[in-house]
Amino acid sequence: MDTTKQTETTGSRSFSGNKGYILKAENLRAFYGAFLAVKDVNLDIKPKSITAIIGPSGCGKSTLIRCFNRMHEVTHGARISGKVLLDGEDIYTPGIDPVSIRTRIGMVFQKPNPFPTMSVLENVVAGRRLTSVLSKRTEMEEIAEKFLRQAALWDEVKDKLKQSGASLSGGQQQRLCIARALAVEPEVILMDEPCSALDPIATLKIEDLMRGLAKDYTIVIVTHNMQQAGRVSDMTAFMMMGDDRAGGLIEFGRTDQIFTNPKDKRTEDYITGRFG
Amino acid sequence: MIKSKTRVLFRLGDKIFPKFTLICSLIVVAVLVNILIILFIQAWPAIKESGFSFLVGRSWDPVKNAYGALPAVYGTLLSSILALVIAIPISMGAAIFLTEIAPSWLRSIASFIIEILAAIPSVIVGLWGLFVLVPVVRNPIESWLGTHLGALPFFQGPPFGFGFMAAAIILAIMIIPIITSLGRDVLKSVPGAQREAMLALGATRWEMISRAVLPYGRSGLIGAIMLGLARALGETMAVTMVIGNGYRITASLFSPGTTVASKLASDFSESSGLSLNSLIELALILFIITLSVNVIARLLIWRLTSVKGKAD
Repeated sequence: MDTTKQTETTGSRSFSGNKGYILKAENLRAFYGAFLAVKDVNLDIKPKSITAIIGPSGCGKSTLIRCFNRMHEVTHGARISGKVLLDGEDIYTPGIDPVSIRTRIGMVFQKPNPFPTMSVLENVVAGRRLTSVLSKRTEMEEIAEKFLRQAALWDEVKDKLKQSGASLSGGQQQRLCIARALAVEPEVILMDEPCSALDPIATLKIEDLMRGLAKDYTIVIVTHNMQQAGRVSDMTAFMMMGDDRAGGLIEFGRTDQIFTNPKDKRTEDYITGRFG
Repeated sequence: MIKSKTRVLFRLGDKIFPKFTLICSLIVVAVLVNILIILFIQAWPAIKESGFSFLVGRSWDPVKNAYGALPAVYGTLLSSILALVIAIPISMGAAIFLTEIAPSWLRSIASFIIEILAAIPSVIVGLWGLFVLVPVVRNPIESWLGTHLGALPFFQGPPFGFGFMAAAIILAIMIIPIITSLGRDVLKSVPGAQREAMLALGATRWEMISRAVLPYGRSGLIGAIMLGLARALGETMAVTMVIGNGYRITASLFSPGTTVASKLASDFSESSGLSLNSLIELALILFIITLSVNVIARLLIWRLTSVKGKAD
């Protein structure tokens, strides 16, 4: 219904050349069976930046982000139409293996989900081990240290590397999951409400970490917490459910612009807390 | 007024209910202890008479009053372990198929059939074994193994059909539905988040199952296997019908043998005096074996879950 407006807003933010974006959604629609959950999303994601997707519950934020690494289709009966371009190449091209896409686009989930039967060390290298043989312990330790440091967790767990990944606190578990995603060395990291199960202090730690990671990685975060989007993101996308119960992109722009000078009335209503 | 009256009633419930539940749990314990004591008392004359030689003796001779349990214990362990060797890969494969691979319409149908299979009375399974399985075991299974792998001690001797091989297969058939259905429940309880975590790291479906689902469920799977083993150890009727009732210790799987349970079933009605006491001592041994299996299973599960920590 607002295709023109979207094109306009996203168009004004379009970046020149192929380097302008790393991930791009084109007329993306996501379905669960016959149910249309997300409709006609067009979105450019700049490399080495943080893009936040905000919106009220049930607006399709998580569904959208799961389309970006082909996790959407894991759900029975789920499918998409449209395109998702990674470095200019459609990840939904027939013949492309979703497994290879997921090594290039990592994901961190809502609830921390470390592997409980693996140690902290094994958790970090769990994904790395899928693609390369890590036979030597020292090699594993090197990789684990590198990415635990990147995830700002090393100092807290360096003496607990042999403990179960599930023995850490919730915030530590989530940073362990981030380290695990980083260790695969993806180009993009998707975060699906990564702080919703955490307390405020653990949340701030993750936010700091994200700011640091944005120097090297492209991050897309779904959050129901507007303040969080305001604190961490460079770009913000606002989604809302239409009358047909399908979520759509209402507005996309620089975070300061979305929060101070939204172009769409609905964005303004949401930002100012009039609903949602 | 009314309020205080209901409160009094509640208080009465508070007093009675804990005692009621206590009695219920005591009954269970009492039955167990009682069985143990009765077995021990009834077996005592045999224990006194045969002593340690009962455990290592290899013959069962009521005429000479010489009783040894070893062939029965050997047959029990051999047939059960062999049954596990057959049943574990099949049940695990079926459980994985039912939870991870099968389309949902097939899941419910297949699960239902497996549950029916588990509910077939063992005497009926035994009849099927007698008329269908034993002839097939004789030829082609045993004759083929004898011709091609006859150099191995397990596959020597004439192919009878009746024997350890048939007993192990029939036991496997009886425990596959149990292990499958428990294993399926275990795998079903593995959180979807664990599967998604592995997939999102770039795992294939097989890698997801082998590295996330199975490790997460391993304590439960071991529990399922142990319950299957306990069933196999104690299974009586079907085994008695196909094992051939030979009281001997031999490496050959073609040989007729016996298990503790089948020995009890076939000899109990015609025994008296010391031979009856000896049979009951045999029962006591079986009781101890199954008890140990259960204790070991508990310890294994407890160890694995305590490592798991507070994971959900």
